[in-house]
Amino acid sequence: MPTPQALVDVALESTSADQCIVVLTESSTANLRWANNTLTTNGAMTGSHVTVISVVDGAAGAAAGVLTRAATTSSQVEALVAAADEAARAAAPADDAAEVVAGEQAPGWAADPGHTSIEVFTDFASDLGAAFGRANSDAHLLYGYVEQDISTTYLATSRGLRLRHEQPTSHVGITGKPADLSTSAWVGQAAEDISDFSVGDLDAELVRRMRWGQRKVDLPAGRYDTILPPTAVADLAIYAYFVSSGRDAHEGQTVFSDPQGGTRVGQQVAKPGVRLHSDPHRPGLTSSPFLTATSSDSTQSVFDNGLPLDATDWIADGRLQALGTSRHTAELTGLGLTPLVDNLLLGVDGAAGSVDDLVGSADRALLLTCLWYIREVDPQTLLLTGLTRDGVYLVEGGEVVGAVNNFRFNESPIDLLSRFSGAGESVRSFSREWGDYFPRTMTPPLRIPDFNMSSVSQAS
Amino acid sequence: MPTSRAVDPEFLALPLKRLGDTALQRGRDFHAEHTDFRLERLRTQRLTLRDGALIDASEGDETGFAVRVIIDGTWGFAAGVALTTDEVVRVTEQAVRMAMVAKPISTERIELATEPVYRDKTWVSAYEVNPFEVPVPDKVALLAQWSERLSAHAAVDHVSASVNQVSENKYYADSAGTTTTQQRIRLHPSLEAYGTDRERGIFDSMRSTAPPVGRGWEYLDGAGYDWDSELAALPEHLAEKLAAPSVSAGSYDLVIDPSNLWLTIHESIGHATELDRALGYEANYAGTSFATPDRLGTLHYGSGGMHVTGDRTFDHGLATVGYDDDGVATQQWDIVKDGVLVGYQTDRRMAALMGLGRSNGCAFADSPGHIPIQRMANVSLQPSAGAVSTADLIAGVDHGLYVVGDKSWSIDMQRYNFQFTGQRFFAIRDGKLAGQVRDAAYQATTTDFWGSMDAVGGPDTWVLHGAFNCGKAQPGQVAPVSHGCPAARFRDIRILNTTSEAGR
Repeated sequence: MPTPQALVDVALESTSADQCIVVLTESSTANLRWANNTLTTNGAMTGSHVTVISVVDGAAGAAAGVLTRAATTSSQVEALVAAADEAARAAAPADDAAEVVAGEQAPGWAADPGHTSIEVFTDFASDLGAAFGRANSDAHLLYGYVEQDISTTYLATSRGLRLRHEQPTSHVGITGKPADLSTSAWVGQAAEDISDFSVGDLDAELVRRMRWGQRKVDLPAGRYDTILPPTAVADLAIYAYFVSSGRDAHEGQTVFSDPQGGTRVGQQVAKPGVRLHSDPHRPGLTSSPFLTATSSDSTQSVFDNGLPLDATDWIADGRLQALGTSRHTAELTGLGLTPLVDNLLLGVDGAAGSVDDLVGSADRALLLTCLWYIREVDPQTLLLTGLTRDGVYLVEGGEVVGAVNNFRFNESPIDLLSRFSGAGESVRSFSREWGDYFPRTMTPPLRIPDFNMSSVSQAS
Repeated sequence: MPTSRAVDPEFLALPLKRLGDTALQRGRDFHAEHTDFRLERLRTQRLTLRDGALIDASEGDETGFAVRVIIDGTWGFAAGVALTTDEVVRVTEQAVRMAMVAKPISTERIELATEPVYRDKTWVSAYEVNPFEVPVPDKVALLAQWSERLSAHAAVDHVSASVNQVSENKYYADSAGTTTTQQRIRLHPSLEAYGTDRERGIFDSMRSTAPPVGRGWEYLDGAGYDWDSELAALPEHLAEKLAAPSVSAGSYDLVIDPSNLWLTIHESIGHATELDRALGYEANYAGTSFATPDRLGTLHYGSGGMHVTGDRTFDHGLATVGYDDDGVATQQWDIVKDGVLVGYQTDRRMAALMGLGRSNGCAFADSPGHIPIQRMANVSLQPSAGAVSTADLIAGVDHGLYVVGDKSWSIDMQRYNFQFTGQRFFAIRDGKLAGQVRDAAYQATTTDFWGSMDAVGGPDTWVLHGAFNCGKAQPGQVAPVSHGCPAARFRDIRILNTTSEAGR
């Protein structure tokens, strides 16, 4: 079979369009899934997707044909290019048309795509079997999922650009319940490589949490002093990032819109000292240093494929600095060109210590595990609803003293960044709600003095 | 050009049988108790316009195959994309290796509920015009014209318009001898108008309530939907919403339109009666269910007028198909009868595990790269027998709200506590509609909510709604599903004011 680089060359040589962009992604992934102390499903999958963006100049502007197909042979790629060229000729001028990015071959272009296989799970599976054994003798049940993925992207344009990025991603989540299913606990972690996970450590933390659940305390709905661990903070911060489109804000559709018109860029939206940023070069959290877009939307444009991505402050010292834009929407809105990056870091200046330190300093507070089923209720305030899940713990005198029922919350992550009363150091986190799709985050634990628990959920 | 309602000749030209036979033979070589081979082509096209200008016309065209084996009572699954016999052999061997890695930590022996063998069956969904045969410029021109109609209204600042289209081909062959070839077409058009009231400092939007459907492009030409009325009314609804008073939080009687109630059915009944959730298989992700198997036949799900069915057979339903991804012929069955839980949604493995007899055909994989799991059927609330209209339901309410269109949705991991908003909430006073209110959300616990349903609309109020984007499983899979329902009335439901929930 031809190499990815050869397929890219076939595409660029066969196009009859005025310009052409090719994005080829080879993915290799393997997973294990378990429930009730036994493996349930598994899989090993390979994929090869090629996106061709053909650009045809016309009197009224450039039009694009954008087509993604699974393709592994030269003839499949030629057929794909022909279809994209034809689509471009039939298309209306694209609103987001812009010059195709020019450049040269970057170092590393010639390297083979990364690859994984089920064999990387050999040690993990054996440790998991041991954890099942302990769970069986301790009368509790384990449920979970682990995945290793390596995706390698080759991006090329008819103006000479050749870029390659290899993205390894691994994540694990384990839920534990006593045999009577009366409570639930969860641990999760993301990394670049599955070898970073210790089943023994994860299992020990899960057992500690299940012990916390042995004493149950019923509490009513209300506003509570609440400690959000880094996972729950990531659950909320990622949503704010999802709605950070510059165009949507400019057109009066998001929390980042100024009610009097335009955006809130330049305004104070969080406490001084709060920084929300992305950095594709952050060690351990590395993401693609160039833009890839296989479709256009309000935040990104296919014409921008190959633009360099760099560290970007979204909020600095509590002030909104930037929103996600393409070259087209930057011009439309008067904002700077700041495309979104595939990682997110939230930090508070001077904050130190861990979630355990926040627990240790609380007289009476709730300690959450994670949040779930988060949906937008009001875009103008970014009021989100959702639920606590897999462990709400009562803290008294600096110690966890029992497990509380779950709650439905109604809160805005932007409001919380103005209301928190304590924060810890920002650490690598794994969002329960979004981590499977957005695994690269660093977030601090936060203490909120009046978190709005709107009603009780009977879920256990 | 392929004629409508025949399987796409491009798909039939793929080496379906040769590759299938290769996988099944390799499975036999390893003494697999069961082998199945699934080759899929999934075409997608999304058109998006903002203020009438095209911003996205991207297409996807994914072809690939998957092999699933049961060896020594353990599943093994692998998938690939290159359509050659060598690759099918490699992937089948990989599935066998997966089963071997899984075996030492698998304690449940996988067995499948028995199912008749179906040889060389073909099934094609009900549609007239394949949207992939309609020129893109024609489709864009229609959406642009619709956008312009909305933009012409003074209350409308911006308009977005989109249509997602999917063509799904599946070839399935298993070691028992079943071979099926199927084609489904579905599409989802959507329009949304945005407006602002700068004096009050608020903005809002109003989205079309047209359901996604298993139909062809004829749907946008008016087959099964009155676009003209919706386009005419949408800007007026937006203008009224922007000027509407904020709701007072409290207890209200609700009359819920099918355009909103379908999603409440989806979340609080559809997911809660998935047997894999009830058995804990989704505990680490989508969650479990309060409706556990020990309560089958006794759980009072709702009031006596509640009759909920599951089906994968209703024309134009998004979950409708001839044969599922376990090779089971699809069916219709009762889930809640006279208010009591009487059935689950199953696949062959779980039906056998629970001794439920034959699977009711809910196995589905969303792409060639994913393993089939139990997914949702069209779960629908049946109408009452009488000619009860929406106006009749409203006439029986002194202090209430009439809820139209879905918007925000959220429910807990065991499907007890939910909260929904809508496109528009109309006040009901003394049996009559009294204009829109803003900022409302309804919140309830599943069995309380369905227990409070005191009247169900008749067949004339029944509409099939649904979604393209139901999420479940790890790795994540997305499934299309429809829910039919009549309008219905619910007593004493908690209404929140979302502005005061936000502490403002």
